[in-house]
Amino acid sequence: MIDWFLDTFGSVGQRVLQSVRRLGYAARFFLLTLAKSGTSFARFGLVVKEIYAAGVLSLVIILVSGLFVGMVLGFQGYNTLARYGSESALGVLVALSLVRELGPVVSALLFAGRAGSAMTAEIGLMKATEQLVAMDMMAVDPVARVVAPRLWGGILSMPLLSAMFSAVGVFGGYLVGVVLIGVDEGSFWSQMQAAVDFREDIVNGVIKSVVFGVAVTAIAVFEGYDAPPTAEGVSRATTRTVVTSSLVILGLDFIMTAFMFRG
Amino acid sequence: MSPLVELTDVAFAYGERPVLSGINMAIPRGKVVAIMGGSGSGKTTLLRLIGGQLRPQAGQVKVADRVVSELRSGDLYRFRRRLGMLLQFGALFTDLSVFDNVAFPLREHTRLPESLIRDLVLMKLHAVGLRGARQLMPAELSGGMARRVALARAVALDPMLILYDEPFTGLDPISLAVIGNLIRRLNDALGATSIVVTHDVHESLAIVDDIYFVSEGRVVAHGTAAQMSDSALPFVRQFVHGEMDGPVPFQYAAPPYGEDLRLGRP
Repeated sequence: MIDWFLDTFGSVGQRVLQSVRRLGYAARFFLLTLAKSGTSFARFGLVVKEIYAAGVLSLVIILVSGLFVGMVLGFQGYNTLARYGSESALGVLVALSLVRELGPVVSALLFAGRAGSAMTAEIGLMKATEQLVAMDMMAVDPVARVVAPRLWGGILSMPLLSAMFSAVGVFGGYLVGVVLIGVDEGSFWSQMQAAVDFREDIVNGVIKSVVFGVAVTAIAVFEGYDAPPTAEGVSRATTRTVVTSSLVILGLDFIMTAFMFRG
Repeated sequence: MSPLVELTDVAFAYGERPVLSGINMAIPRGKVVAIMGGSGSGKTTLLRLIGGQLRPQAGQVKVADRVVSELRSGDLYRFRRRLGMLLQFGALFTDLSVFDNVAFPLREHTRLPESLIRDLVLMKLHAVGLRGARQLMPAELSGGMARRVALARAVALDPMLILYDEPFTGLDPISLAVIGNLIRRLNDALGATSIVVTHDVHESLAIVDDIYFVSEGRVVAHGTAAQMSDSALPFVRQFVHGEMDGPVPFQYAAPPYGEDLRLGRP
């Protein structure tokens, strides 16, 4: 019994130590990537290419999802508000829900699934097929040339995608609330305009999306660079990117919300 | 003239597992030298030590009179600009065309105008016979073509030393002869020095000047291609003639056969 307890305790301890070591390695890799970001800014075309890959190619899923989330908010919001005779506040509900929470969080989750996984797979495959070694042997630093532009491409794309998600979501809420159900158009927009505060709501939403962008992209590039150079290794790394990013997004969202909107 | 590459008492281990011990080599300038040995004998590790990807635990690796393991990051990258490396399957950048792959080192390390880069790339591609394939993507190339493009990319900056990691693996006889020929011709045309890590005996004997045989992390034989071809050393003979049994046994270590089959027992 004691042996079993010691074995279990030891194996848990080993796992914790491994996780802490990996976290430290990831943090060091992130700082190294930031330190080697000079090339990304000196040759901004490299970052623009990554903004296209991570941002532009994610537009369809972000816009379609934003529209549907906004439309669902329109239905649910109307249903709840109508009970209290406050249907005219539908615009406020839709806008605040999207700008403060759903815009940054859902777009980051979608971004992790669409662009984060693609980044991990691409870097992992470059490693598995020795493209990173070849680059290193050509005296071109793969962290500066491959990883840093992707990191900055992701960081710059995320707030833009989040803003577009929220904008399309508000339009979806308008379509359902005003066009379909018949809420007064004037009160829908005017109450939204009066209630949504630029500093309190919009800026905090943008801060969230920037933090999520850093987190998701940093996780994606690290998992790709650290992936074992095998098909199974790349596949596992891609899965880890999506799972870890999703959990980190939700955890960070809770922490930031607690600080930003604690009243 | 001092050798271009010199390894003195080099030892290396991956963790607890020793891979190389007491390796001494001297690669003369202008020669094509093969490092041969079975799988897992430490050949590729030797190449990585010469290229500065790994650092030896003992001894030193000198290239052009500089100790590679003592070079700091910036100096190591400056050193690698004078180095070309062909990896086992070419390692072409899959998102770039043949032309852009060969142009990659020129664009990264020089400030040459695009018109001049174009001419240089076409000259390198012409040298490997693929000037007409410049627009193709790596996925559209055969294994032999990909290796030739990678070779053009490796020599894009006219290196002093070219490292080849298993350049003949998985090639058909024609591609194999083409790559072998190119290794020799490019080395002589550029006035470079080449180190070819391989276990392809016949192609190597035809193109190289010297051969080092490595087994279990040690150099077990060294000489010219002709000397090695006629060598009476058991390991070299088994390797060159592809004999099934010899110093490298056919049977993996096992208990006596009769005992395993329980012969003589009631």
